[in-house]
Amino acid sequence: MSRKTSKSQSNAERLEQLRTRVVIEKEGVGSTSSSEFPYHSSNHQDIDYIKEFMKKFNVKIIRKEQYDMEFDLIGVDAAIANALRRIMIAEVPTMAIEKVYVYNNTSIVQDEVLAHRLGLLPIKADPDRFHFKHANEPPTDMNTIVFKIEHECTFNPKARDDETDPQKLYLGNNLLSESLIWVPKGDQEEQYASCPLRPVHNDILIVQMRPGQKIKLEAHCEKGIGKDHAKWSPVATASYRLMPEIILKQEITGDLADKFAACFTKGVVEVEEGYIEGQYVKYAKVVNPRIDMVSREALRHKEFEDKVQLTRIRDHFICTHSDNHSTGIMDSEKIFLDSVHILQAKCRRLLTALEHKLREKERNREQMDLS
Amino acid sequence: MGKKTVTFADEINTENYETSYAKLKQILSNKGKGLTDPVKNVEDKWELLPAFLKVKGLVKQHIDSFNFFVETELKKIIRANDMITSDVDPAFWIGPPDRPDTDHETQHNVFTPHECRLRDLTYSGNIYVDVEYVRGKTRVIRKDTIIGKLPIMLRSSKCVLTGKSEAELAKMFECPLDPGGYFIIKGTEKVILIQEQLSKNRIIVEGDRKGLVQAYVTSSTHERKSKTYIVAKNDAKNDKITLKHNSISEEIPIVIVMKAMGIQSDKEIAQLISGGNQTFLNMFSPNIEVCASMNIFTQKQALDYIGSKVKVTRKIANVRRPMAEEALEILSTVVLAHVPVKDLNFQPKCIYIAIMIRRVLMALANESLVDDRDYVGNKRLELAGSLLSLLFEDLFKKFNFDLKLNIDKLLKKPNRASEFDAHKQLMQHGDCITNGFVRAIATGNWSLKRFKMERAGITHVLSRLSYISALGTMTRITSQYEKTRKISGPRALQPSQWGMLCPADTPEGEACGLVKNLALMTHITTDDEEEPLKRLAFNLGVEDVNGLTGSELYQQNVYMVFLNGLMLGITRQPIDFVKDFRILRRCGRISEFVSIYVNHHHAAVHIASDGGRVCRPLIIVENNTPKVTSEHIKKLKQDKMKFADFLEQGLVEYLDVNEENDSNVAIYEREIDHQTTHLEIEPFTILGAVAGLIPYPHHNQSPRNTYQCAMGKQAIGAIAYNQLRRIDTLLYLMVYPQQPMVKTKTIELVGYDKLPAGQNAIVAVMSYSGYDIEDALVLNRASVDRGFGRCQVMRKHVALMKRYSNGSFDRIGDPPPSESLPTGPSADRFNILEEDGIAGVGERVSPGQVIVNRHTPTNLNTNIPVNMPIANAPVVQFTWKHAPLSYKSPETGYIDKVCITTTEQEQTLIKVLIRQTRIPELGDKFSSRHGQKGVCGIIVPQEDMPFTDSGICPDIIMNPHGFPSRMTVGKMIELLAGKAGVLKGELQYGTAFGGSKVEDMSRILIEHGYNYSGKDYVTSGRSRDGGLRLGEMERDCLVGYGASMLLMERLMISSDQFDVHVCEQCGLIGYRGWCQHCKSSKHMVTMQMPYAAKLLFQELQSMNIAPRLILEEY
Repeated sequence: MSRKTSKSQSNAERLEQLRTRVVIEKEGVGSTSSSEFPYHSSNHQDIDYIKEFMKKFNVKIIRKEQYDMEFDLIGVDAAIANALRRIMIAEVPTMAIEKVYVYNNTSIVQDEVLAHRLGLLPIKADPDRFHFKHANEPPTDMNTIVFKIEHECTFNPKARDDETDPQKLYLGNNLLSESLIWVPKGDQEEQYASCPLRPVHNDILIVQMRPGQKIKLEAHCEKGIGKDHAKWSPVATASYRLMPEIILKQEITGDLADKFAACFTKGVVEVEEGYIEGQYVKYAKVVNPRIDMVSREALRHKEFEDKVQLTRIRDHFICTHSDNHSTGIMDSEKIFLDSVHILQAKCRRLLTALEHKLREKERNREQMDLS
Repeated sequence: MGKKTVTFADEINTENYETSYAKLKQILSNKGKGLTDPVKNVEDKWELLPAFLKVKGLVKQHIDSFNFFVETELKKIIRANDMITSDVDPAFWIGPPDRPDTDHETQHNVFTPHECRLRDLTYSGNIYVDVEYVRGKTRVIRKDTIIGKLPIMLRSSKCVLTGKSEAELAKMFECPLDPGGYFIIKGTEKVILIQEQLSKNRIIVEGDRKGLVQAYVTSSTHERKSKTYIVAKNDAKNDKITLKHNSISEEIPIVIVMKAMGIQSDKEIAQLISGGNQTFLNMFSPNIEVCASMNIFTQKQALDYIGSKVKVTRKIANVRRPMAEEALEILSTVVLAHVPVKDLNFQPKCIYIAIMIRRVLMALANESLVDDRDYVGNKRLELAGSLLSLLFEDLFKKFNFDLKLNIDKLLKKPNRASEFDAHKQLMQHGDCITNGFVRAIATGNWSLKRFKMERAGITHVLSRLSYISALGTMTRITSQYEKTRKISGPRALQPSQWGMLCPADTPEGEACGLVKNLALMTHITTDDEEEPLKRLAFNLGVEDVNGLTGSELYQQNVYMVFLNGLMLGITRQPIDFVKDFRILRRCGRISEFVSIYVNHHHAAVHIASDGGRVCRPLIIVENNTPKVTSEHIKKLKQDKMKFADFLEQGLVEYLDVNEENDSNVAIYEREIDHQTTHLEIEPFTILGAVAGLIPYPHHNQSPRNTYQCAMGKQAIGAIAYNQLRRIDTLLYLMVYPQQPMVKTKTIELVGYDKLPAGQNAIVAVMSYSGYDIEDALVLNRASVDRGFGRCQVMRKHVALMKRYSNGSFDRIGDPPPSESLPTGPSADRFNILEEDGIAGVGERVSPGQVIVNRHTPTNLNTNIPVNMPIANAPVVQFTWKHAPLSYKSPETGYIDKVCITTTEQEQTLIKVLIRQTRIPELGDKFSSRHGQKGVCGIIVPQEDMPFTDSGICPDIIMNPHGFPSRMTVGKMIELLAGKAGVLKGELQYGTAFGGSKVEDMSRILIEHGYNYSGKDYVTSGRSRDGGLRLGEMERDCLVGYGASMLLMERLMISSDQFDVHVCEQCGLIGYRGWCQHCKSSKHMVTMQMPYAAKLLFQELQSMNIAPRLILEEY
């Protein structure tokens, strides 16, 4: 697959690279699929895989902010990393507005569109404390949060006569998410006394209005998952990438080094000065391949041909998910942990189903034997 | 050059002019600059374009033409027909007042255009005239009498919207971006399409493969339209030249015609045609012999001969005039009607015919000298103004005629109770003109009695599918050619279309190449006064035709001078003449739209001031330098100069096609050399408004641009600023429209960035699943959930409360009381009605529900006494039955708006707008701006979509197989520029023949850490209710394959199978086992055939063709 490996590489090294690296070429990516699967290997016959996995597996949290998180997942198969990513996007439940009862809406935004916009607002509520509301279930304080909006736009009596700026000319011309007022039902008031239910952000523009326009509505939040509608997805996005690796096969020195450094994201390659083969020159040094965006710019220039190889480490996943940009409903850590729990639950369900199936098979065989 | 004293109407300025003229001459002769100096680029000269569009607007052609009609033509027509006299009472007359009349003025209506749209009214203004007439024995003057209403073109000089600011327009619910140029007739917006035709009053020489060569002229005057041919059948037995005309029953040998026109000497005739040239003399001499052999030598003989061949059209048989007189009349007024014959002076007409003969002879000698009918310079575009003026002249004449008949009728009555007042009659006839206009524009049928003209499809409904489609209808040009003819000539792209007509925007299929669109800067001229031009030409040294003989006509360096196809005379210094003429035009002494050019083949100078010529502005180049400099542009940007100033100062001028082809136009400054006369303002103006939306069109395969032009008009987006105030039959709106990341200058000029139709999507070009084959697209579920591609459909439902002739009327009823409501599936039919019997705004409407609970009277025949109030009429009790307006669409919608108003006939009109919001689904069509459409094949959840290193999921995945065969490289560059623009946070330009460079785009990508080619590393992750048409092509496939049973099933059994009884003996179709032809039922059999086939046989029978079926067993 990788045609350009230099002759100096031994066969074993080449095989090892094929096994553990994804090769980035000028046009395209090589060696993309893994040749490994559990309990099977071409050369290591008698290894305790679990032990080996435990030894290799590592989760390193690189950056953790309230709504943003980056961590490394080392030593796992792509399937695991992908499963976590998918669960974070589509299966971690949150609360979002699902039903809107419009009493009056004289703004230019139509009822459906208004309802759609409200639905996409992130709501600050711990989904664990609510139940899923099934289709025919009546709304209760355990499955529904009620918000209301009563808003009217008027002329600002204090505005100058020749004012043209709508912000100063009118009052309430922008209906923002802060206008969503929580209407506690049942014992929600006591339960959530410490953390009143509200939209995550107060400054999301819902509708622009003009004097005389009114909106009065009631919105019901329900619990749901991203699979059903993107509004329930707790993350802005969750994704991963493989750890980039830049291999210098030869030293790159002189002015070429500057050019080489410019081919990568800033901070990946630094130009240092020192003695190389007895000469004091500038040379390029790979400092932080992690932040490289893999633009393959270095491969475009003839000067660097045969001097550099770009690869990515097959089992080193840099996972990120962020939600501060749009949702911010939950702590980033919690989203990840939730996803792990959901994955666990799925595995457990699978195991139970398997056991069940095996038992059934056994029973069938016994019956056959009997007859 | 002769002495130049130019006399103009305004003599006062003469002196002034002479100095400026001298100055200009001086500048001309100054050769300050070396030939090798590089020409500096005029920076931002495209800024002229917005300046041009600011004064002219996007649909300037329509508006200018209409303005010309209401301001000039209308008055002319009224003045030309301003007297009515009575045959009964010689003392009676109606006419214009003695004293000069106050300006005839059409005034706009008090209604705003938007009110007309909502109330189904016609946006029109009154036509006022002042009349003076006889009442009894006194003369009465009536001022401002209304003779009818004229539909007003929006944004024309008579429209209320003209000159209004954006805020004022907003108060009238009008969109500032709406270009106007259309009419509102009974609430619908109608456009009078631009009609393309061959130019009138010009000699066209054409040949055919058999060797026939003919020159013909379509003469057109106010009174008459006729076509005159000079034919030379160039075959062995007959090489005579003849004249052919509709009013003469057979072809007349040409020399006889000349003799009839008073040139009796053969030598004189020969000289007029050959001018001493031996070749032409030899070619022509047999014709003289023909005449001699027919014993026709004098004018009288010739006239008698022609008179005997004249078709008598007049049915007034009382006095049959002598044949010679008849012939003289025909020759002077009908044949070549546009050449005036004053006091029987046939000299101009003789020379005209001589020139036509000469042109035929030239074409016979040299085949390449035949004219190209498809050449744009030989075309004239007819616009709303000229079509309306034709219509108005007809209507006004009819109005006068009817009025006269009526007055005669009344005057005949022996004893009248009161004194006869013609004013009453005048008022009564007002509807004639009003209705004539409304009918013509509403149906698009132009029928003119004078010219026996019957034209259909002149008007179109303004398509409001999108802003661009509305613009597209306004610039569309239709041609009179028949669409079914399989000829390629008129359909082909003409080189002379350059800059005038858009090379890309034409429909596919039958109208391909026949329907065209105007380019961005095209202007269409209106008629201009001929008289001053004539005077000017004579002053510049033209020798009058009347003093010419054949010997002067064809001398070396003698050029004939034509004005609008009419010969004025000759000039001996053609080059100087043309130069002087142009100088005068450049300093504004004559209209900027007058064109002049030299045709060296015909040794002729043509001056044109007629309407309908296409022209466009170009920068003048003199002495290798463009006259527009960067300083001028700077002034333009600072608003110190306007486009008109450029024209006035002689920096920019309009060229029509003929003059453009007589000039040397450089596209870029670097191409300027000593021959260059003009410089293009901006190359992208060769495209029209619709093709201008395509980014990087110059990188695309040309048919793709053509496809895009058809498709861009279907894009859903914002339509106008007043879109939510409109109640249209069908309105498609996008919920979140976005302006394109990659703009073009045209986009900004037409305002597409303010009323966009589309969204910017993140597109991955890769294969994914199997649901993307054959141009299908993969959509991201999460994008759709978040509002991508969300649209609204608004549909109008109308209920008219009619009044009937018996005094009864429709009414709106309460919803029936709940206990009497039907139960079962239709139980909720009346649920959404409010107390007034109309559905409430905001209600959800399900199929079958009642929107307007209308009742109609059961009895429409019994009359109720007219004068009795309905309440007091106990005898006739109205009974009512339900006639509700209910919702028919299979999908639920919401009541968006209800409009209750009255029409002009005082009937209540209820319009209900019902809205549906639609989310993209499988089978929905999506398109880029490069003629690359595709349907949504699958909607994939976000977690299944591929994602980049930075976590971005595409909105759309497009199959890469769409690229190689289509070669839409422009699209790839757009993708690149779009990505670069997003990263840098700015909009990019993809203007035709320019735009952001790929190199710069790549650099931006590299700077932001992306691959230079835009290739990113990604990690992976039907129409409703319709069948598919088995069309002609598909049928041919089945026929070719021989799948006869399938054909039988699709085309007969499941279509229109019909049992026919056929007589085996005669083969005709009988009825119920009886053959009417054989009068027997012996040989009848039944067979199945498509009903269409049976119908065909019967229709053939009705035309005396007997199709006989021969039946066989198989």
